[in-house]
Amino acid sequence: MAVCVAVIAKENYPLYIRSIPTENELKFHYMVHTSLDVVDEKISAMGKALVDQRELYLGLLYPTEDYKVYGYVTNSKVKFVMVVDSSNTALRDNEIRSMFRKLHNSYTDVMCNPFYNPGDRIQSSRAFDSMVTSMMIQVC
Amino acid sequence: MEGLTLSDAEQKYYSDLFSYCDIESTKKVAANGRVLELFRAAQLPNDVVLQIMELCGATRLGYFGRSQFYIALKLVAVAQSGFPLRVESINTVKDLPLPRFVASKNEQESRHAASYSSDSENQGSYSGVIPPPPGRGQVKKGSVSHDAVQPRTSADQQEPASPVVSPQQSPPTSPHTWRKHSRHPSGGNSERPLAGPGPFWSPFGEAQSGSSAGDAVWSGHSPPPPQETWVSFADTPPTSTLLTMHPASVQDQTTVRTVASATTANEIRRQSSSYDDPWKITDEQRQYYVNQFKTIQPDLNGFIPGSAAKEFFTKSKLPILELSHIWELSDFDKDGALTLDEFCAAFHLVVARKNGYDLPEKLPESLMPKLIDLEDSADVGDQPGEVGYSGSPAEAPPSKSPSMPSLNQTWPELNQSSEDTAIVHPVPIRMTPSKIHMQEMELKRTGSDHTNPTSPLLVKPSDLSEESKINSSVKFASGNTVADGYSSSDSFTSDPEQIGNNVTHQRSHSGTSPDNTAPPPPPPRPQPSHSRSSSLDMNRTFAVTTGQQQAGVVAHPPAVPPRPQPSQAPGPVVHRPVDADGLITHTSTSPQQIPEQPNFADFSQFEVFAASNVNEEQDDEAEKHPEVLPVEKASDPASSLRVAKTDSKIEEKTAASVPANVSKGTTPLAPPPKPVRRRLKSEDELRPEVDEHTQKTGVLAAVLASQPSIPRSVGKDKKAIQASIRRNKETNTVLARLNSELQQQLKDVLEERISLEVQLEQLRPFSHL
Repeated sequence: MAVCVAVIAKENYPLYIRSIPTENELKFHYMVHTSLDVVDEKISAMGKALVDQRELYLGLLYPTEDYKVYGYVTNSKVKFVMVVDSSNTALRDNEIRSMFRKLHNSYTDVMCNPFYNPGDRIQSSRAFDSMVTSMMIQVC
Repeated sequence: MEGLTLSDAEQKYYSDLFSYCDIESTKKVAANGRVLELFRAAQLPNDVVLQIMELCGATRLGYFGRSQFYIALKLVAVAQSGFPLRVESINTVKDLPLPRFVASKNEQESRHAASYSSDSENQGSYSGVIPPPPGRGQVKKGSVSHDAVQPRTSADQQEPASPVVSPQQSPPTSPHTWRKHSRHPSGGNSERPLAGPGPFWSPFGEAQSGSSAGDAVWSGHSPPPPQETWVSFADTPPTSTLLTMHPASVQDQTTVRTVASATTANEIRRQSSSYDDPWKITDEQRQYYVNQFKTIQPDLNGFIPGSAAKEFFTKSKLPILELSHIWELSDFDKDGALTLDEFCAAFHLVVARKNGYDLPEKLPESLMPKLIDLEDSADVGDQPGEVGYSGSPAEAPPSKSPSMPSLNQTWPELNQSSEDTAIVHPVPIRMTPSKIHMQEMELKRTGSDHTNPTSPLLVKPSDLSEESKINSSVKFASGNTVADGYSSSDSFTSDPEQIGNNVTHQRSHSGTSPDNTAPPPPPPRPQPSHSRSSSLDMNRTFAVTTGQQQAGVVAHPPAVPPRPQPSQAPGPVVHRPVDADGLITHTSTSPQQIPEQPNFADFSQFEVFAASNVNEEQDDEAEKHPEVLPVEKASDPASSLRVAKTDSKIEEKTAASVPANVSKGTTPLAPPPKPVRRRLKSEDELRPEVDEHTQKTGVLAAVLASQPSIPRSVGKDKKAIQASIRRNKETNTVLARLNSELQQQLKDVLEERISLEVQLEQLRPFSHL
């Protein structure tokens, strides 16, 4: 279960960012922002080797004391960043991958909507929202 | 307040109404919202309502307690009966009818002149907030979820009071004029389709906005008469105002308008709460939508690209956000384009939205696009048996959204499982390479025995032999068969064996050799279907695969061996060869013919398998065959020629003959066998249908026609028996294979399920965090 989910556009501005409502959501935004550097680093590292076969899932970008940040980049350089709570030890890599895959599928669906202008904030898609909600930790 | 004595019916009615109004279950009903709506629905003049409220003490208290509410209701009844409003009249007026609220139920009542006038009066007072014109199918659309229960109870309550009216069933015959007024409050008959009186549409424009506002309150209400919306699709000023009103009315403002709209909405809700699906599209609307679709995309089976749809719906002047949501709902397969069904659903939602109805969270069932290509193509063949299979394709599309891969995966499985269905339509996209198809074809070939003992036998052997001979052709044929129906390929294998038509075998053999060179033409596409998603052009796939896949080819040939064609050659009955020829040519000519093969098989075994399920098609095919047979008497090397001939014949016969086949006529036998094979399958299992079917029927008919006479000459009993035995064996094999495949699929699915459950378990702990 993610604590924060963000979709970053190619130009590195956020298309969609959502975190569980806590007292200090800004720190999640900051974490996502700083993780972009790591994403770029990984992309460039992999890109040199095999551009086509670059895997979309980037894996753990960097861990912090409380959180882990995972990244995923699409072929159009749209990045998905997910922050998960470190205490969720049971979250395996596969699950993160599947979560990213779902994100990617939903993102694709949003893209397919002709009323969505690429580059706009993703605020119109209820399906996307509901999908992200399902991935976020349930704050009890 | 003096004590209020209520009769039992009144008590019940009032308590229902109270609970209906008491949405928060606080036992206090605020003097706005539903109460006001209710009072509006009573069709009493405003001042009367105010007076009632005052009398019952609500104005003093500021809210309606239960007693106040009851008193108010009683006063409403008093007022409706024409008695002067007095506090004393609460108890003094005897035998007071239950207060009537203009809901759907009251439609009948409203018909009455009195209410009619009060309606108009009320309308005036409601400043056009009146619910949208009746007949808009609001009633039928009614089933607002949250309203359904309450209105219904109240409606039920009212029913006893007003025998005439039943909310859900306002007589559809209520006069049109009535509709104008009564609809507003009552939302019209539940059955009235939106198609309601056209002339009223314009006058309703306003009412529409009013009602829309009201409707807005009851989100999810039946979609407002789309009719109005249609008409004014381009010029949305009224609807825009409507929309603006909408948000306002959504809030619980105790404005007259709100109340009125609420009332009307309430009424509408009540009316619609019942049965009719509020989102159902009437024929008129459907026709309108289809016409609009045509203006963008003349081909009804084609797609409207996203950009065109965007422009079109932007004209409706709905906010982009809403349009985006509508798109999300209606683009069922998430492909960025709208099919006709999707377009109709989207249009319907737009209309509904413009009339003030809130958009649902999920696409209503009545708006769901038909599952499509798969089904359509499957249906093409009229394969009743395939229903089971076609069901799976249908299921696949829904899964499309989640992930295309899953969808694709289902296809191959589907194909494998439903031989017949495959026949019917060019089918779903095949993710996997032709190998699967090849395998399937093999399966079909072997398994088709049982399907069409007679026809397949005759046809198949020839086909099979041909196929085996010609790698490419085989592949193709198998491919076709797969596309058409695996059975056809299977039938091939079975045929040769069963039929024991030496001749056919011979032919097939001879035919195959020359055919090796020519790649089997793709099975004809029954219809122009969607280029994307659901329908996969097997032809193309196969064509490609045939060229590429040797494996597939290999697969087929093995199937052929069982047919001792060469051996049979010597022995075969004279007539057989003839039949075989006919069959062979028949089958080889085109995949389409493959389906006919079963006919062939049937044909030969007609006498033997009188009871066997011989499709009419098969008969037709048989007929075709005879024609073919005579034409093609030549032996194998000429099979290709025959193929051509049969093709031509088949084309003549089959309505759906595919041009490809014709062209293929010159090509190897592979194509022809397919149709026949398919036929075989269909007989036994599903009724593959379709073009091939027609083709088959034609060919088969011909064949059958010729065949019957021939076997007889031979002493068919024995041969028939042997043939049938063989066929049955082949059928058994096919079925066994099918079974194993299905088992495999089942295992896969179970595994998936297990893995999903594991994931669920893992995630579950987190849900409690």
